[in-house]
Amino acid sequence: MTDFRRSVLRPSLRTGLIFGGVALFLTLVGIIEVFSEREVIDGVVSMSYTVLWLVMGGAGYSAAARYKAERRYLLGGVSGAIAGLVTAVLLGILVVLGTAVNLRSVLVNATPALMRLLTFGQSTGVGVVLLLAAGAIVGLLGGLLKMVPERVRRPLLTGVAGVLVISVLHELIAVLFKSLGFPRGFIRFLFARKGLTPAGALISFVLLASLSVLWPIARSRVNQRVSSLPPRQRRSVRLLTFIALLAFLLFIPDLFQLYWTDVIDNVGLFILMGLGLNIVVGFAGLLDLGYVAFFAIGAYVTGLLTSPASSLGWGLSFWVAWPVAMVVGALAGVLLGIPVLRMRGDYLAIVTLGFGEIIRVLANSDLLKPYIGGAQGILQIPKPSIAGIQLITSQQLYYLILLGCLVAIFVSWRLSDSRVGRAWIAMREDEDVAQAMGINLIKYKLLAFAIGATFSAMSGAIFATKLSSIFPHSFNLLISINVLSLIIVGGMASIPGVIVGALILVGLPEVLREFAEYRLLMYGALLVIMMLVRPEGFWPAARRRLELREDGLEIAGGET
Amino acid sequence: MQRIRVWRVSATDLIIWGIGFLIGGIALWGTIATLREGLYTSSDWVSFLIFGLAQGAVYALIALGYTLVYGILFMINFAHGEIFMGGAYIGYFVARAFDESGFLDSNPILALAIIFLVAMSVSISMAVALERIAYRPLRRAPRLVPLITAIGASLFLQYSFRGLFGTGIKVYPDVEILKGSWQIGGVMVLRIHVIVFVCAVLMMAGLYWLVQRTKMGKAMRAVAEDKDAAALMGIDVDRVIVNTFIVGGALAGAGGVLFALYNKQVIHTMGFIPGIKAFTAAVLGGIGNIPGAMFGGLFLGIFESIGPPLFFTGLGVPSPNQLKDVIAFSMLVLVLIFRPTGLLGEVLTEKKA
Repeated sequence: MTDFRRSVLRPSLRTGLIFGGVALFLTLVGIIEVFSEREVIDGVVSMSYTVLWLVMGGAGYSAAARYKAERRYLLGGVSGAIAGLVTAVLLGILVVLGTAVNLRSVLVNATPALMRLLTFGQSTGVGVVLLLAAGAIVGLLGGLLKMVPERVRRPLLTGVAGVLVISVLHELIAVLFKSLGFPRGFIRFLFARKGLTPAGALISFVLLASLSVLWPIARSRVNQRVSSLPPRQRRSVRLLTFIALLAFLLFIPDLFQLYWTDVIDNVGLFILMGLGLNIVVGFAGLLDLGYVAFFAIGAYVTGLLTSPASSLGWGLSFWVAWPVAMVVGALAGVLLGIPVLRMRGDYLAIVTLGFGEIIRVLANSDLLKPYIGGAQGILQIPKPSIAGIQLITSQQLYYLILLGCLVAIFVSWRLSDSRVGRAWIAMREDEDVAQAMGINLIKYKLLAFAIGATFSAMSGAIFATKLSSIFPHSFNLLISINVLSLIIVGGMASIPGVIVGALILVGLPEVLREFAEYRLLMYGALLVIMMLVRPEGFWPAARRRLELREDGLEIAGGET
Repeated sequence: MQRIRVWRVSATDLIIWGIGFLIGGIALWGTIATLREGLYTSSDWVSFLIFGLAQGAVYALIALGYTLVYGILFMINFAHGEIFMGGAYIGYFVARAFDESGFLDSNPILALAIIFLVAMSVSISMAVALERIAYRPLRRAPRLVPLITAIGASLFLQYSFRGLFGTGIKVYPDVEILKGSWQIGGVMVLRIHVIVFVCAVLMMAGLYWLVQRTKMGKAMRAVAEDKDAAALMGIDVDRVIVNTFIVGGALAGAGGVLFALYNKQVIHTMGFIPGIKAFTAAVLGGIGNIPGAMFGGLFLGIFESIGPPLFFTGLGVPSPNQLKDVIAFSMLVLVLIFRPTGLLGEVLTEKKA
């Protein structure tokens, strides 16, 4: 019995307490209640319960992990059930406390609605018992899931994850299906107003589960096929995929309609900024926290030059202002780069942060108000026009952003493997050695700052014309941190990583609109978790993945 | 063979010095113009000074946390401003409860002591949890990794507080005994400013004693000097690092309540700007240098309170107080550019990367 206590009870309790803490946190921050508005499977399970089940199941899953190698199925299941139960117990305590005492005066989210949600609408006693039972069962399932062999677990997990993702994206997919000409009845069959229909969920599950089985086979076959082709045909295959991708990108505004194109535009602006910061941080290793300054400079230059209401009042065309904004951005990059040439790491980060804040405070101050409008900003920035047609809607502006992104991707891609790119990487790894190898640090650092600033100014210019008005408070530190987060989440120094990061960090909160309030909380948590668990990002650059995994950098294996 | 020393001046040096002289020149010009116009009386300047001292004392308390951690781990604990915020924030709930029950009026000293204790323990637990969860696993990671983690932790803590306790500004209740003002040498000064300053100075003296005279302080200094050698001497390095976070957290929590007592309000973002400024103060005094952080904090507080009227009024700048943060941040940038070891000199210069 003491053996059972030591080897099963105590570790399961520990896991349960950790996951219970997570569950309590999510509940009290308000995420669970906010998610009750959103159904995963219409009429069956809402997003709030899904999150709760995921946490409880996760507790079981990770509690069972220690018995996996010994294949002690029973112990795994029991341990999972205990962990899930403990998680539920913590929530149960919250329910009991919340109904007995008024927690709301301190914890604003401990509302009666939340208590009803946690007790499944039953009375407190019955509800808590139900909650505990649910915790034990879900924990048991999670534990068993860990114990089953990989070939069973993988399709199951992919299927569940797939249902979740499709349900979150259901509005987007429904719009896509509609523009592709699927009949309305078919879309209704799959998607309800707030989530998937049960039939849709079943279909998604089966589809993705079977895909996860078939995909590895299919991929290896296609790869074999392609690599057995003669070089010239191989190149044409690559060219064809590229053209197909480009065609898809060109048709996005037609496929996704107005609202979603606006979201995609925002993602595009962040991709553009991310590509710039990726050069500064990812390639050259210079952590710049004042990056938003260049975005602001691009926007302000555009505003000043094009708006008839600005202090200059020139009212130039966007096509003149855009390159000017980029040049001014590059100059500002060099100008702010010179003083920080000798700084490294932490100090550089703090100084650039200081620069960014100085620029924001100045833009906001009465001192510069006669020139750049102070807190009122600059209004009436005109839209760009091509051959007499004004680009007004976000669908039209999309092409401008796409153009900017493609140019930036091309430049980054060509730079990454060039002499300049290698010099940056050398510099990132060790400045002193790089200098000893004959790399001109001043030149390459300034070059990195200038190119990064150019991309950011480019993005800022489009931002200004897209919004038609700019205010200093749109250029706060959080933008810099946002861009930094997206390149870290995507994978430093990786170009596809920037795109993935922007889609996750900028696109996802727009899709999960209830969640938008928690996006900064999510960024913070993601930054910490990524650094602890996966410092190379979701889509790492090949070189960086090797670096971080090779030299015994046991970040993931460290004690947590 | 005789070594010839060549004095090389590069173009970047010229540009940097040019910018430095330009800023210095503007400041000097503004000062002369302001003083000539005589817009402020000497008692105005004294009250600016006292306010600056109170503000600076709080900066110094936070700066000590930065300096202690930097001295031992060589990392900027970016989330330290949030630890400061956390203490003040939870202190608010205690203060409100005491105010509602009347305890704050009937027994103000005891009530304030409890508020301080609660705030300090909250800050300590936040600091220790942060070290355990976010920093300890990354101790051997490349330098940027813990810095990014710290930025993430800072954001996470800010928005957790927002999510848990609501978005609005929370106003601290009035404490009768802290109200009013005193006549010191013919100048009226707010009582609260004097009390904040005295409390902070007492705490700093306590810290100095702790670091210089106790066994724990000795261990901290040893670990700061050389971690591996300290471990060989039988010092539990992990324990010492935790102690450092405890001391830093306690000072930040106390600083948070002091700040809230004269600033009267708390909000989840309140830690950020004082955090950066306290870091400036730590750098100003030479990071890793404990008396330096105290001096840097007071200096920055005074500079920030006297600076805007002194430099800008004479130049005819409208609403100079808007530029308070610009002065602090420019100070940070200038110090890091021209004297990165700080005014008093960094204790651990050779180990800084």
